[in-house]
Amino acid sequence: MSVVIHRVDKSFKEFRALKQVDLRLDSGELFGVIGPDGAGKSTLFRIIASLLAPDSGRCEVNGFNVVRDYREVRRLIGYMPGRFSLYMDLSVEENLNFYARVFGTSVRANYELIREVYRHIEPFKKRLAKRLSGGMKQKLALSCALIHRPQVLVLDEPTTGVDAVSRGEFWELLESIRQEGITILVSTPYMDEAERCDRVALMQKGRVLDVADPSEIGKGDMLPIYALRSNREVYPFLKRIRKLEGCRSAWLFGDELHVTLKAPQHASAFRKEIAGWEDDSLKWVPISPSIEDRFMWLMTEAGEAGTAPGSMNENNSLSEDYKYT
Amino acid sequence: MKRFFGLVSKEFQHIFRDVRTLVILFGLPVVMIVLFGYVVTNEIRDVKIVVWDRSGDQLSREAVSKILSSGYFILAGYLDREEEIESLFRSGEAKVAVIFEHDFEKNLVREKKAAIRLVTDASDANSAQLALNYLQGVLTGFFMSLDQDVSLPWAVDIKTRMFYNEEMRGVYMFVPGLMALILMLISSLMTSVTITREKEFGTMELLLASPLKPVEIILGKVTPYVLLSLVNAATIILLGYLVFRVPVMGSIWILMLECLLYITLALSLGVLISTHASTQQIAMVFSMVGLLLPTILLSGFIFPIDNMPKILQWFSSIMPARWFIVIVKNVMLKGTGMAFIWKETLILLGMTVFFILAALKRFNIRLE
Repeated sequence: MSVVIHRVDKSFKEFRALKQVDLRLDSGELFGVIGPDGAGKSTLFRIIASLLAPDSGRCEVNGFNVVRDYREVRRLIGYMPGRFSLYMDLSVEENLNFYARVFGTSVRANYELIREVYRHIEPFKKRLAKRLSGGMKQKLALSCALIHRPQVLVLDEPTTGVDAVSRGEFWELLESIRQEGITILVSTPYMDEAERCDRVALMQKGRVLDVADPSEIGKGDMLPIYALRSNREVYPFLKRIRKLEGCRSAWLFGDELHVTLKAPQHASAFRKEIAGWEDDSLKWVPISPSIEDRFMWLMTEAGEAGTAPGSMNENNSLSEDYKYT
Repeated sequence: MKRFFGLVSKEFQHIFRDVRTLVILFGLPVVMIVLFGYVVTNEIRDVKIVVWDRSGDQLSREAVSKILSSGYFILAGYLDREEEIESLFRSGEAKVAVIFEHDFEKNLVREKKAAIRLVTDASDANSAQLALNYLQGVLTGFFMSLDQDVSLPWAVDIKTRMFYNEEMRGVYMFVPGLMALILMLISSLMTSVTITREKEFGTMELLLASPLKPVEIILGKVTPYVLLSLVNAATIILLGYLVFRVPVMGSIWILMLECLLYITLALSLGVLISTHASTQQIAMVFSMVGLLLPTILLSGFIFPIDNMPKILQWFSSIMPARWFIVIVKNVMLKGTGMAFIWKETLILLGMTVFFILAALKRFNIRLE
């Protein structure tokens, strides 16, 4: 076990950021935490990085308790905060040198480890960090987090605000870092990135909803799912669908809607109802759920569990904040 | 140690790369010294004077023309009653009144003794003091030149009186006050801003997550400013000496050590501020309003402490600058040694320890 999180609670005043979170990471695993903004991902990562102390529960990194043994934890963890922790008025090289010295090592000593990452930005090593593109900043921040050869790499939304090509490159880099035997914990709001992980945890509102292989997550007892497509304006369309009796949940997926029903027997009534809307462009197709659909399914499941019946739309509107790619 | 030097050299890179910081750090002291030195204090020109010549003889008329030909004064008119002085002062038509006694020349020749009274509007204390000094200089020079004509010994008794601020305590000795002000400003403002900047840009998060101890982080951030502030203190002393002939009568080493103590105090205040402020802006306002203004107003730098209401006098004794100014005046101007300043030094030392402890207690090993 590389990282053990056992029944961790964390509140900020009234707000309960983490509720009874349980996670176990194997050594050398590439583990993803997926969830919308405010799910508690950053709080969880800060606890693992020993920057926050849990209210209750226990968190250990390679057997060291993050509260009691925070010094050891800080030595063996490589942490990359959500906002790239770079000095904008220092050059690429100076940033890297600085973090190497802070961790009591040198760039030369660990150059092999960061080479894969660093070679992308090395041609610009004299450039100030503020003049780098988002993707280059991200690679520099990753180099800085790796420079002391950590055993566990904790990356808080490293791909947010970075272009699609750089994101792809970044995940390939993570793959190569994992080859070095480093455990990687990474959070992302992008669900397509989940498929790159060995295992993923889905978080929402401070809870871990499911932990599984990305191809397995949320499978089990999922209801049939339908794709609805219309040329009409999409938001009024979504609202209207949600109001229909028998609609369990509906969410936006690109330019179509994905809908689940409360029970299979609602299907015919549902179809009849929308047929009466006199919308020729409207199409209704049963589909097999993608990983994103399974996440949405899980999230609406969890949402329902905590609220009174009838407040369905409220739950679904949470999903609208979800970032789609 | 390697870690610590890594932090220090990074901080120097920040400082030398930021033009604004450099201007504040090195431009400000020079500008303030020159401003205070020249504009505020040292130069007088075209001071308006009124003359009440109760004697009206040859000698008094010559004295007046001597004053006017000096170039520093212009005549605003003659008076015949003392009561007029105040109304002229109030309306601003005159700043200085020169009063010759009855039978000025006769007294001087017969009794070897005559009196001139100088009255100034000291609501602007600095220029009043200067005007008086100049006037006295001109008059003394004039009467000295009479030596040959008048048989010695003789004496012209020049009596001065300053309206509105009769005490006139050491205002013109601006260097100690300015030192207290500049060192406080630079040390506390710079450190509080530089530490909150790390918070604001999120880099503090990674520093905290590193194996660095809080003490190392603070020392690493603060050490460059200790060095630079010492350079500043030396610059001020040097400028005061070279440009304004303010001497260092006592030991320069004691003076520098006291500066170091005061700088440390100001820096720990800066760190304390930074632990409370979340953004650079808040830190700046904190330092400016919370430190700079009280330092100017309550330290005795500009307004004499004895003239303050009791409650402000109490308040002024928690101003580090107040004690530092006393120390610097003693060492610099009077040339006294530790024997006369140990009490003030102890007070500063106590304050420093207090602020360092408070800052360390507030500086968390975690984010909360």
